[in-house]
Amino acid sequence: MAKTLDKVDVVTVGVGWMGGIIAAECAKAGLKVRGLERGKPRGTEDYLMVHDEYRYAIRYELMQDLSKETITFRNHRKMRALPMRQLGSFLLGEGLGGAGTHWNGHTFRFLPYDFQIKTMTEKKYGKNKLSKDYLLQDWGVTYDELEPYFDKYEKTTGISGENTNPFAGKRSSEFPTPPMKKTPILKKFENAATSLGYHPYMLPSANLSEVYENPDGQTIGACQYCGFCERFGCEYGAKTSPEITVVPTAMKTGNFDITFHANVVEVLKSGNKVTGVRYVDTQSGEEFIQPAEVVVLTSYVMNNAKLLMVSKIGEQYNPDTGRGTLGKNYGYQILPTVTGFFNEQMNVFMGAGALGMTIDDFNGDSFDHSDLDFIHGASISITQTGYRPIQINPVPPETPAWGSDFKKASIENYTRMLSIGGQGASMPHKENFMSLDPDYRDAYGVPLLQLTYNFTEQDRNMHKYLTDRIAEIMKEMGAKTVVPGNPISDYDIVPYQTTHNTGGTIMGTDPANSVVNTYLQHWDAENLFVVGAGNFPHNGGYNPTGTIGALAYRTAEAILKYSKNGGSLV
Amino acid sequence: MANEQKGVSRRDFLKTTGIATGALVGGGLIGGLVGYNVNKDGVQTKGGTQNAENHDTTSVKGLMFFTKRADFNILSQAVERIFPEDDLGPGAIGLGVPYFIDNQLAGNYGSNAREYMQGPFFAGEATQGYQSRLTRAEIFRQGIAMMEDEAQKRYQKGFTELDGGQMDEILTSIQKNEVEMKGVSSEFFFRLLRQATLEGAYADPIYNGNTNMDGWRMKGFPGHQMAYINVIEEEKFQKIEPKSISSMQH
Repeated sequence: MAKTLDKVDVVTVGVGWMGGIIAAECAKAGLKVRGLERGKPRGTEDYLMVHDEYRYAIRYELMQDLSKETITFRNHRKMRALPMRQLGSFLLGEGLGGAGTHWNGHTFRFLPYDFQIKTMTEKKYGKNKLSKDYLLQDWGVTYDELEPYFDKYEKTTGISGENTNPFAGKRSSEFPTPPMKKTPILKKFENAATSLGYHPYMLPSANLSEVYENPDGQTIGACQYCGFCERFGCEYGAKTSPEITVVPTAMKTGNFDITFHANVVEVLKSGNKVTGVRYVDTQSGEEFIQPAEVVVLTSYVMNNAKLLMVSKIGEQYNPDTGRGTLGKNYGYQILPTVTGFFNEQMNVFMGAGALGMTIDDFNGDSFDHSDLDFIHGASISITQTGYRPIQINPVPPETPAWGSDFKKASIENYTRMLSIGGQGASMPHKENFMSLDPDYRDAYGVPLLQLTYNFTEQDRNMHKYLTDRIAEIMKEMGAKTVVPGNPISDYDIVPYQTTHNTGGTIMGTDPANSVVNTYLQHWDAENLFVVGAGNFPHNGGYNPTGTIGALAYRTAEAILKYSKNGGSLV
Repeated sequence: MANEQKGVSRRDFLKTTGIATGALVGGGLIGGLVGYNVNKDGVQTKGGTQNAENHDTTSVKGLMFFTKRADFNILSQAVERIFPEDDLGPGAIGLGVPYFIDNQLAGNYGSNAREYMQGPFFAGEATQGYQSRLTRAEIFRQGIAMMEDEAQKRYQKGFTELDGGQMDEILTSIQKNEVEMKGVSSEFFFRLLRQATLEGAYADPIYNGNTNMDGWRMKGFPGHQMAYINVIEEEKFQKIEPKSISSMQH
């Protein structure tokens, strides 16, 4: 029998960016908050010996232990879904800080277009720009309404950037810290993009250009450009992460504690409210019930959706009928990439996760789509994240994959290769969704989440168009050989692509087509909030963390209001 | 210290990170600094021959996984074909790659400890990835036996007695999925073997490959360096003597 613990005001399931933000804001306002984290505690002191590519980038030291839980995957409904036995396409986080520990730190604000995508697309291009299989919808909140929360997240995290992007939404204040260093590699891109008439700007970075104290009194260090950022933690405390900002902020109030090794397996619901959660202590195997006035799901996209499904909260999406909202609008990201081989050697091994320059000339609706067979686009960036030798073995086309020629070419080109990539938007399609797997279970006996996903026509068309544009930039940069990425066909879960999964618990203004309202409050349980990129009705042309940070701050405010007044917030 | 040669003292370095100003960056880092052989003035107090806690760091290589020397020798010859010695520098054998792979097979890597290994098992589509019921250790064991079988079948000789071209022929067949294996495709085994070879050539030498950091030296990768903040704006390519994470002193 599960042991029932004392009730708390707020319980968060997972303590990464989302859990940390909710905890900090609620604890500061005097609510008693408990974070349930299935991983272990960790922090800057754990990263002193982190410059180890094999351990962290190849064997995924900081990521989810899939022997306990994974997902199953199929490209379409006629395929048998099978477990993702190894990490690949995306890297799920686990432990204090979650994926916020091993992120790169690219911190964008989605475009005003993103939040009103349906309205704006139909207004400009008519109702039939995309077929009815694309489940496009407005988010129910505008950029202007979210602006104060973007501002707040950027101030908490100290983002380094420059306000020169002509396509960005209006900002109420400048970036908290100046942009990072503009290196020779970045300048190559800047010069090429400028000469083609585009508008390059320094990528907004959570690897900070200088030491910064945030409004909560937390200090973030200055980036040393060591080249070990994504997939690693930062030994300088210079990559903003939950463990050095919102978590200690919540802790110092005395109103927040974290239970580690606590894997939540069910959200408990009674009538139109939830009463708490049931979790397994992964060390002892004991079960506990944690009652709470407010339950906030703040784990990753997949697990948030899965917990609602196993707890039977909300109606599962059915692609045959279009009924149900839970699991619908799964989105990913479309990644056009071009590689260039240069004559000169460059300092590619130096860098930082979010050291880069970007253009938005082909993002959102910055360019006319009247004659194009897709909508939206991508931010296009060059990044200098630090090439490491196991992962980076670039060879020109026609080079064998092993043997003497491979060795020579991969060594020669390691310091002579650059790539430019787009973070392309992903439009929701009726056949791309999440559900519960009928066959496979996790280590606690709970069904695995099942992902049904493939690239669609819109994705392929966008990918092709943007690859051509990126190749032009690479050529302008002076590459002696320009190698455009292959056109995309079927989504493959094996090679790493991006950890920007979205949807499944989407937000909106109508319970008929969304899981939560615009305050991320569940339509079927007023004291249940679901927070994360799962709320995105589609994925935009940027990295998602800035936008989910803003949504989380808006939700934290809503939870405080709910705690006082109760009831639906809309 | 490469950074001191470039005129950056550790004190300056600490200052730029905010650590010397007394700011507790992220908690525990100052404690870490003191614990890692840096005195109050931020000056390094020990050389790199011993690690932070004065453990003797003498390294001896040995077999943890393979029981028959002959199997280890087949692995060694195969990885040397994938990453051969040439005028640029050592190949896989010279870099200790076979020991790296042996040692990895004896641990979490070999037993797929952090991967989902529950059934039922089905072959699946290529887009669904690894679906074998076999662990990497089992795949390597079977793969090496298969290479020996192929050598005997094709040339009536052991794999290690073949000339390089004959070995390449067998490896190419394996790569092209022309050789039968149980519970896994030979193509998959080849990908695993190739990837493990690159890992052994370029992982930090603490894993018993990349001997003398020569893999990094060939490639121009400086390994673990504290910071590039003072050189990252240089146009000129920076040749920096590599360092292992075992030298970590900050």
